[in-house]
Amino acid sequence: MDDLNDIYNDLIMEHSMNSCHKKKLGKCDFCQMGHNPNCGDEISLEIKLNGNVIENLAFTGHGCAISQASTSIMIDTLIGKSIEEAKEIVQTFIEMIKREETNEENLKKLEDAIAFRNICNMPARVKCALLAWHTIEDILKEKEAKNEK
Amino acid sequence: MNLKQDFPLLQNSKITYLDSGATSQKPLQVIHAVQEFYEKYNANPHRGAYTLSMEATEIYENTRQKIAHFINSKHTEEIIFSKNATEALNLLAYSYGMENLKNGDEIVLSIMEHHSNLVPWQKVSKVTGANLKYMYIGSDFEIADEEIETKITDQTKIVGITHVSNVLGTINNVKKIIKHAHKKGAVVIVDASQSIPHMKIDVQDLDCDFLVFSGHKMLAPLGIGVLYGKRELLNQMNPFLMGGDMIEYVYEQETTFAPLPNKFEAGTQNVEGVIGLGAAIDYIEKIGYDTIQEIEKEIVSYARQELSKLDYLTLYLTPNEANHSGVISFNIKGVHPHDVASILDSQNVCIRSGNHCAQPLMRFLGIDSTCRASFYFYNDKEDVDRLVWALKKAYEMFKKYITK
Repeated sequence: MDDLNDIYNDLIMEHSMNSCHKKKLGKCDFCQMGHNPNCGDEISLEIKLNGNVIENLAFTGHGCAISQASTSIMIDTLIGKSIEEAKEIVQTFIEMIKREETNEENLKKLEDAIAFRNICNMPARVKCALLAWHTIEDILKEKEAKNEK
Repeated sequence: MNLKQDFPLLQNSKITYLDSGATSQKPLQVIHAVQEFYEKYNANPHRGAYTLSMEATEIYENTRQKIAHFINSKHTEEIIFSKNATEALNLLAYSYGMENLKNGDEIVLSIMEHHSNLVPWQKVSKVTGANLKYMYIGSDFEIADEEIETKITDQTKIVGITHVSNVLGTINNVKKIIKHAHKKGAVVIVDASQSIPHMKIDVQDLDCDFLVFSGHKMLAPLGIGVLYGKRELLNQMNPFLMGGDMIEYVYEQETTFAPLPNKFEAGTQNVEGVIGLGAAIDYIEKIGYDTIQEIEKEIVSYARQELSKLDYLTLYLTPNEANHSGVISFNIKGVHPHDVASILDSQNVCIRSGNHCAQPLMRFLGIDSTCRASFYFYNDKEDVDRLVWALKKAYEMFKKYITK
């Protein structure tokens, strides 16, 4: 039960039910769909860049409180960051979820997203928390591939 | 009668198990039968000339006879063992559908089919050019007679229908569908996976051409299923999987095949599964379907009544109790089913959440997913009370955040 209140806390609930990032960006540089076929969660991420900086990010779609909140909090964290910083944060988040990264100093860069650190106690929900992060990972890879061309 | 005591898993844990629609728990009698097979009779049936192998063959084949009797099939060789209902349906899609359908023919399914009785027919439709059509449900979550009569036409060659919906619990009027389909010259495949755990199946009375079910939803081990088919149809069909034990003579370039039922049972079978299924049938027959129905009716009526009192729930079930089996789908308005299931899990209440392998039905209903509680005779009213209590708790957690 402690785990449960830990996960379904105010921050996560507010973000999941009432996110200011759940909208369409008028113009965007990259758009990527992410989905978990087993549970039907679906999100679409839109990203607007200004040079090397993430100027704006937004999402649409549907899913459980954890996938929605994780998406919204990720956006909060990543807006204003450079591509390089974003990559590092995404990597750290994924490692935190897998319990590969436990260093408190390193986890600080996740800001509010650290709220998901105990999701590994609910293994059935790990993929919900990771959906948005894997989706942005794909966008960042796509951006990198485009740069190399 | 405390039937829970026969189920070690329910005895050994604190859980309220409400996911028998996914798989049932197993009674000691089934577990022991499987263990006894390995301790006393383990050998490969149909292979050895020694006594042990012949004993294994005898148990295996006796179980086939037991199943034939259980579902009242005319001939024992009409019972084919498979891995599960899905494999049996694939056998039908490949060995019957692919070979008998042509461009312009029709396959008619219900919108409430499990993916296992839908995706194989999409494949058949794409390969043969046959049209895939659906019978839809009304606001009562049932298929109207008119829908049956207009969708199944002279062009229809195959009708696939689930006896009981794994999402809605609706009991379909398969007898009527079969009668109408036969008038139009179509064969009917009944998916009895969700019905046979709860009600007597009589294939001769139904007059279905094929019927499939999985053992694991009716107390048997995982990984064993049954295909029933009318003998004359099975005889006309080509084998599905090729290999050992399904042959007669094998030459370098040609093979002749074994007669029924071996023709459709390639390779070493899941013998422990068959033995377990036999023990499951013994168990069900010992209690009796009348008693099972009596117990379930009381629990399910109570669940319908108690869940109806929660005004924050949307229920997806027919108002006609007589046409409703032991499956109840619902949602807490504004809360995602996975969150509900996680919160219920923290209270040791096991329900299913998701699309239940029925995405076309979900899309038809205009939803992504539901919570699903499914009951069996080992459940009791206390289980329903725990479900309701846990749902209240889930609602309390979300109440102040629900925006709509």
